[in-house]
Amino acid sequence: MTVVEQRPAPPAEPPPKRPHRWWALLRNSWRQLTSMRTALVLLFLLAVAAIPGSVFPQRAVDSQRVTEYYQAHPQLAPWLERLGGFEVYGSPWFASIYLLLFTSLIGCVLPRLRDHARALRQAPPDAPRRLERLPVSVADRSVSSAPADAARDISGILRRRRWRTRVREQEDGSFTVSAEKGYLKETGNLLFHFALLAVLIGVGFGHWYGWHGNRILVQGADQGFCDSLAQYDDSTLGPRVDAADLPNFCLNLKSFQASYEPSGQPNKFSATVAVSEDDGPEKIREFTVNDPLRLHGANVHLIGHGYAVTLRYTDRFGAAQTKIVPFLPVDGMFTSEGVAQFPDVNIDPKTNKRDAGLQMGFEGRYLPTVGDGATSAYPAENAPGLFLTAYRGDLGLDVGTPGSVYALNQGQIATGDLKNVSGARPHELKIGDTWTLDDGTKLEFLGTRPFATLSIRYDPTQTLVLAGAAIGLAGLMLSLAGRRRRVWFRALPASPGSAGGTLLSAGGLPRTDYPGFADEFAQLVTAAEEGTP
Amino acid sequence: MAELSNQLMAVTVLAYLAAMVGYAAEYAFGSRSRIGRAAVRPARQLVGSGAPVEDDVVEDEVVETTPPFDRKAEIIGRVAVGLNVVALLLHLGTLVTRGIAADRMPWGNMYEYILSATFVGSAVWVGILLRRPAVRHIGLFVSLALVLLLGAAGMIAYTPVGPLVPALHSYWFVIHVSTIIIGSGIFLVGAVPATMFLIRDGYDKGKRKFPYSLGKNTPEAAVLERLTFRLHAFAFPLFTFGALIAGPIWAEASWGRYWGWDPKEVWAFISWIVYAGYLHARATPSVKRTVATWIALLGFATMLMNLFGVNLFFSGFHSYANAGGM
Repeated sequence: MTVVEQRPAPPAEPPPKRPHRWWALLRNSWRQLTSMRTALVLLFLLAVAAIPGSVFPQRAVDSQRVTEYYQAHPQLAPWLERLGGFEVYGSPWFASIYLLLFTSLIGCVLPRLRDHARALRQAPPDAPRRLERLPVSVADRSVSSAPADAARDISGILRRRRWRTRVREQEDGSFTVSAEKGYLKETGNLLFHFALLAVLIGVGFGHWYGWHGNRILVQGADQGFCDSLAQYDDSTLGPRVDAADLPNFCLNLKSFQASYEPSGQPNKFSATVAVSEDDGPEKIREFTVNDPLRLHGANVHLIGHGYAVTLRYTDRFGAAQTKIVPFLPVDGMFTSEGVAQFPDVNIDPKTNKRDAGLQMGFEGRYLPTVGDGATSAYPAENAPGLFLTAYRGDLGLDVGTPGSVYALNQGQIATGDLKNVSGARPHELKIGDTWTLDDGTKLEFLGTRPFATLSIRYDPTQTLVLAGAAIGLAGLMLSLAGRRRRVWFRALPASPGSAGGTLLSAGGLPRTDYPGFADEFAQLVTAAEEGTP
Repeated sequence: MAELSNQLMAVTVLAYLAAMVGYAAEYAFGSRSRIGRAAVRPARQLVGSGAPVEDDVVEDEVVETTPPFDRKAEIIGRVAVGLNVVALLLHLGTLVTRGIAADRMPWGNMYEYILSATFVGSAVWVGILLRRPAVRHIGLFVSLALVLLLGAAGMIAYTPVGPLVPALHSYWFVIHVSTIIIGSGIFLVGAVPATMFLIRDGYDKGKRKFPYSLGKNTPEAAVLERLTFRLHAFAFPLFTFGALIAGPIWAEASWGRYWGWDPKEVWAFISWIVYAGYLHARATPSVKRTVATWIALLGFATMLMNLFGVNLFFSGFHSYANAGGM
């Protein structure tokens, strides 16, 4: 050691140029992010982050249940709201996980794409010096042909077996054959990851440019519906969609067919509608649960059905009003609940002034088949009955706060502004019955009509997403089934100077876990020795 | 016909129990059978030093001096496989009679789903046995898993034969449900060698407490690990197709959206991610094989959660899969 120190010191070299501290930090974080370990951690975070969405009700799935959750857990719900518990899949923390994951994925697959493209263009590398050090190898097999011919033949055999090969002549007069196979594994792997990116992009654009709305469509031309925002019961437009972008079409429900098992389980539903697109002529189309009505720029899905009740109320001045109100089914037998509200009744024709204390509301149940209990006995209309309770007073519709159109304003009942005027027991009406109330006004049950619950949607990128998923699956299968491996043959002259005779050695390297590689290698060696393809 | 199916179901469970007893008997004779010896021998090399080596040597000597034991355990093992095949046929009979009784594919509710997925698992297991008899020793645990799941199907999820709701009247019903059933049946079988690998690995590292004591007679750790990977690598694309391609295509036609974060979809997504994590972890040299295998088992736990947890505790669009039908 001391000897070294006594030597004359070399001229001081300038210290190696170190990258800037921030640049180094950035580069190291990028390396960390794109490492497989980080990707695995992010994958698990994503899985864990998805769980709350199945535990708590999600507004995007069922906003009604979110409201119920608020009522059941008034303390907890606002906190969950702040944490994004009701919109898990749109929350910033969920998005940050998957965006990081996809960034990590891009950082991982882009260099691999470059490397793979290079590998596809390059010939397989030359044989290592010592083939016997490879996982499988054989040495000193003799072949009668000359080294050059033997190498060419082996290359031909390998090529026929779809190996990528390269014959090289060495300085010592020997020949090497390098061969590699299974590039499809990496191709498939890259394909899979890029297809995932395509799916993510597709989902994102679908969210931006898609829209959907729900609508209850009661049978009859007078109940028709045209595609405009105001006509939906509820609707959601993507951030890049304007109300004016909605396609122009009109629907009216001609008929609704439903058949049921004796047990009440449904067999078949189908809706027949008259459609007119872009103010064109009406066409009759039928669609059903698994077979939506595909229109230009929108798909109409049948997601439910029920009965709408037709009621005529005649007020104390003899003016009559008719309303068709859908009653929403609450069980599998179509026990249905709903409300008919008549705010503009009992208007004195002399003063033409509305008396807020004389508005009428009827709330109750419709049973398509009245049985022994308070619920329907069968979903079809075998013995229909309507059970209503009448309320008189201020319906509370003018306050401006949007309430449910399927229930009376409970606040008005609680304050006594809206009073029950028909007693505790609901009044039963058959079709055609007239019910005379305590103030002499009349309610007639004229009949029912079926209604269909429609979900109308448009997602411009779903074909892209499907294609991405299909390509991804193909890539995945290639990646899982493929096996990258290399073999090398070395052909040495049997004895220096003699024309014929070759000593053959070979080695193989499976680059992925491949238990059958030894057998394949043995077969290749046999084929090479015998010269048979 | 429905009654016959129910009776066959009971007999099937009994037949799997009988096969399990057979496997257990062979397991108890353990190292004295040919397969048992094959299983123990490499362990000696791996353990390297310490008391177990001497034990194994003694046992090997016993084997060589008393061949009748060898044959007996071998016969019991073969009987167990025979019983397993009988159980498989009865299982098939249960499914076929169920399908005839309902006049459709028997995949309409949770009971039928478990019945079908376990059938696939059992069939794959018998297939593995034909190709690699050396893994027969884990048959005890495969049949245990089958008996437990079938028991759960009969006790928690039993549903009388019934027709399908209109939402299920689609050819996607056959495609979506069958691929998921096959995929999860193979994941189910894959979970057994995964568990046994972890046990055997622990045993090889010198752990002797239960459950590692079970590792004594299992096949070699590397064999179990490779079997685990191959089963998962086969099931993963099937599950991907069934749950993330066929499912969304059908959901688009039926509900209007291809993906809606329904609880069942959420958990299928979670299972997919966890299994994808397993495949990545296994392909990464820096991640230990035991860690990767734990991830595979976690994946199976999420599958069970999706089957039992989501069906029984959460409500969603997939509610017809619940116990007791609609």
